Amino acid sequence: MISSVDIVIIGGGPAGLAAAISAKKNGIEDVLILERDHQLGGILNQCIHNGFGLHTFKEELTGPEYAQRFIDQTEELGIAYKLDTMVMDISSSKTVTAMNTVDRLFEIKAKAVILAMGCRERPRGALNIPGCRPAGIYSAGTAQRLINIEGILPGREVVILGSGDIGLIMARRMTLEGAKVKVVAELMSYSGGLKRNIVQCLDDFGIPLKLSHTVVDIRGRERLESVVLAEVDSHGKPVAGTEEEYQCDTLLLSCGLIPENELSLAMGIKTGSVTNGPVVNECLETNIEGVFACGNVLHVHDLVDFVSEEAALAGKYAAEYVKSDGNHTDAGKEILILHENGVRYTVPEKIHINRMPDELTVRFRVGAVYKNCYISVYAGQKRILHKKKQIAAPGEMEEVRLSKKTLEEISELEQITVKVEET
Amino acid sequence: MYDVVIIGAGVTGCASARELSRYKLNICVVEKEEDVCCVTSKANSGIVHSGIDCRPGSLMAEMNLLGNRLMEPFSRELDFEFKRIGSLILCFSEKDLHKLNDLYQQGIENKVPDIRILDKTELRAMEPNISDQAIAAIYAPSSGIVCPFGMNIAMAENAAENGVEFRFDTKIKNIFRTKSGYRLTDENDTVIETRCIVNAAGVYADKFHNMVSSHKIHIVPRRGEYCLLDKMESAVSRTIFQLPDEYGKGVLVTPTVHGNILTGPTADDYEDKDAVNTTADGLEKVNMSALKSVPSLPLRKVITSFSGNRAHEDGHEFIIKEAEDAPCFVDAAGIESPGLTSAPAIGIRVSEIISGLLKPDINPDFKNTRKGILNPKKLSKDEYAALIREKPEYGNIICRCEMISEGEIIDALTRILPAKSMDGVKRRTRAGMGRCQAGFCTPRTIEVIARERQISQLAVTKSGGCSNMVCGYSKESIQEDKK
Repeated sequence: MISSVDIVIIGGGPAGLAAAISAKKNGIEDVLILERDHQLGGILNQCIHNGFGLHTFKEELTGPEYAQRFIDQTEELGIAYKLDTMVMDISSSKTVTAMNTVDRLFEIKAKAVILAMGCRERPRGALNIPGCRPAGIYSAGTAQRLINIEGILPGREVVILGSGDIGLIMARRMTLEGAKVKVVAELMSYSGGLKRNIVQCLDDFGIPLKLSHTVVDIRGRERLESVVLAEVDSHGKPVAGTEEEYQCDTLLLSCGLIPENELSLAMGIKTGSVTNGPVVNECLETNIEGVFACGNVLHVHDLVDFVSEEAALAGKYAAEYVKSDGNHTDAGKEILILHENGVRYTVPEKIHINRMPDELTVRFRVGAVYKNCYISVYAGQKRILHKKKQIAAPGEMEEVRLSKKTLEEISELEQITVKVEET
Repeated sequence: MYDVVIIGAGVTGCASARELSRYKLNICVVEKEEDVCCVTSKANSGIVHSGIDCRPGSLMAEMNLLGNRLMEPFSRELDFEFKRIGSLILCFSEKDLHKLNDLYQQGIENKVPDIRILDKTELRAMEPNISDQAIAAIYAPSSGIVCPFGMNIAMAENAAENGVEFRFDTKIKNIFRTKSGYRLTDENDTVIETRCIVNAAGVYADKFHNMVSSHKIHIVPRRGEYCLLDKMESAVSRTIFQLPDEYGKGVLVTPTVHGNILTGPTADDYEDKDAVNTTADGLEKVNMSALKSVPSLPLRKVITSFSGNRAHEDGHEFIIKEAEDAPCFVDAAGIESPGLTSAPAIGIRVSEIISGLLKPDINPDFKNTRKGILNPKKLSKDEYAALIREKPEYGNIICRCEMISEGEIIDALTRILPAKSMDGVKRRTRAGMGRCQAGFCTPRTIEVIARERQISQLAVTKSGGCSNMVCGYSKESIQEDKK
């Protein structure tokens, strides 16, 4: 039997919750969240450290606390959700096939779909690390779940590869659990994580961070026995003679996150090659009308506050789409937002001036560390924004705000360009 | 006292066990690892070769051709994945065309069915993503792909259902001749008496052979490194080889039966028979060679890499016979590629030799079919829903990448030869084999294994032995420090 719903939201993590709340507040009663885990909140539930919510709530919350504020609102607003529910398929006509133990296999026809599936960690194989394949090699998030949710310690002597935020957080977490974290190695010449995490999670515990280093061998037949680190040159290739062996029983990998877009791709959604997330317009709408995306499935964020903010917009636009019976206001011409000179991508990457809000936030990342640079936005040939940055790094997401009024004043606008300009 | 002890629960040993279980024989398979399919049989190309590149008249050629023919009925009887997708052997230069022709002639001599030479246009029409540099190819439609774990486990389970005993974690240390046959001792000095031995010990087959025979053989572990790519539809739809060299068939690019793309193997000889580490050079070589065949192959979609050792015997020939000076000691040695393809034929050959020696009665209760782990994805939506109604655990997805339910994992843990470890579950169900490589499902799989086996989560291993997944409970180590 096929039931129908106005908006179905795939994923009940921070993005899905904020999108649902916003959709409801924007006048849609019939909203359903499908969540694969036992509880709402997503990965926040295993992020028991603090530092969440500084932007949104002006206070430091733990992950579960931050999630709970949204879960409470979801409950108060009476938003429907299904837990332990795996979405198997979404058709391009927005019929969702899902499964759980209670409803078994079921289909839901939705007027709008919001994709909020989050992301996964890059596994060892994707990093091409040679060596043996013993037990004791975990992605940092898996280790985080084991410790914080399951109450299990993965290992006692730890090497961490990758200085992404989860890796840094886990260096501290493992230390607090009594494990010895010997070193954090980072392939790049800069950390991929937030500055505050380097200070609070490594420096405060005396854990060395070796930049421009990687794992070149993994040893141990049954359980991990050691890893070999080596320095890398400017092309990321290991430098012979710099190998150093570290005895350890655990290797944690924190080497990047990949948006989980298998469902999106299967339904025909176009994704960007840099973000691996859907290509969206100013409404966070994908190439399939009425299908929106937000959070880490769209592009990987550093701060959950921005996920919530972005997801609330997706919820609002999805609500407007449903209220208009699928008839968008005349969008007018599509303007591409190009990224150049150090800017790796933008979200959104195309906008319609007619439909954009008075001020539109465009988020992006830079491809290298820049000091005392400018972030510039050009509308056609005209520079409309020139923002000084003391430092811009790949580990911290940047944003610029485009003014509708400014863009409207430019005649014959074809494209907008975001770029880094050095002094 | 057993009638037959088979050393090794790889595909050769299990194929032999399955065929021997047609007779009224007391059979035991001894395996040093915790499970079947743990060494060479688990880490190979999963190809059912056509037999083109075997030396005409060789035992390899005979076994390959017969094994290839038998694969389809075997896969139906034993319920494992097999697809006859065909293969192409690419030629990249005019000066190598004569080699391609020679190989084609060899294929004709080997009676490989329906092979033909394709020109560049036909080749491109068949596989649009093949390199422009490939100027011709041999097409062998009889080539196929198989799930190597599925096949090995299927044969083992069928053998077990027909009464064959399996002893795992049993590493044979010595073999002595006795009046009535052989006495084997393991590392714990457990004694096993038998009338016959089948030596299916893979890279260690020389060690056991040489314990009882003065005609020494020598087996070198020839390592092959592989990369596995995520599922994708458009790369290639057949197995793509390049012209072989002295070390073997070279690096291939192939779809797997589960829709992934596999690239590899390298071929390097090592001393250490146990080492199966990958190397930076090896993986680089796999990638470069794969790109030579399919330049558009998206290498960033690699999800894992692994390596396995081929049991390469110096004479590069299968040794499947009773040892000359060791009666009732039957070798199935030197089983390198095309060993997987040949396994059904090798099992039959071994069984013929043993039955010739022991003249056993037919086992009247022999059952030639076996049902694999229920795969709900093969059911209709209604059947799937009905299954969940009856067994709700099939509605609980544990591995999201491969969409594997708790029901399938429980099935794997409660079969006649049950999975015991993470790898055991993975090879039987594919849980953890997908693009996140068990990042999400590891904690949940540990939980299910511990519950079903009634062991502590701390005792759950990756692959038996001391490969424990985790080391303790949170806060425990701080408590220990205080003591």
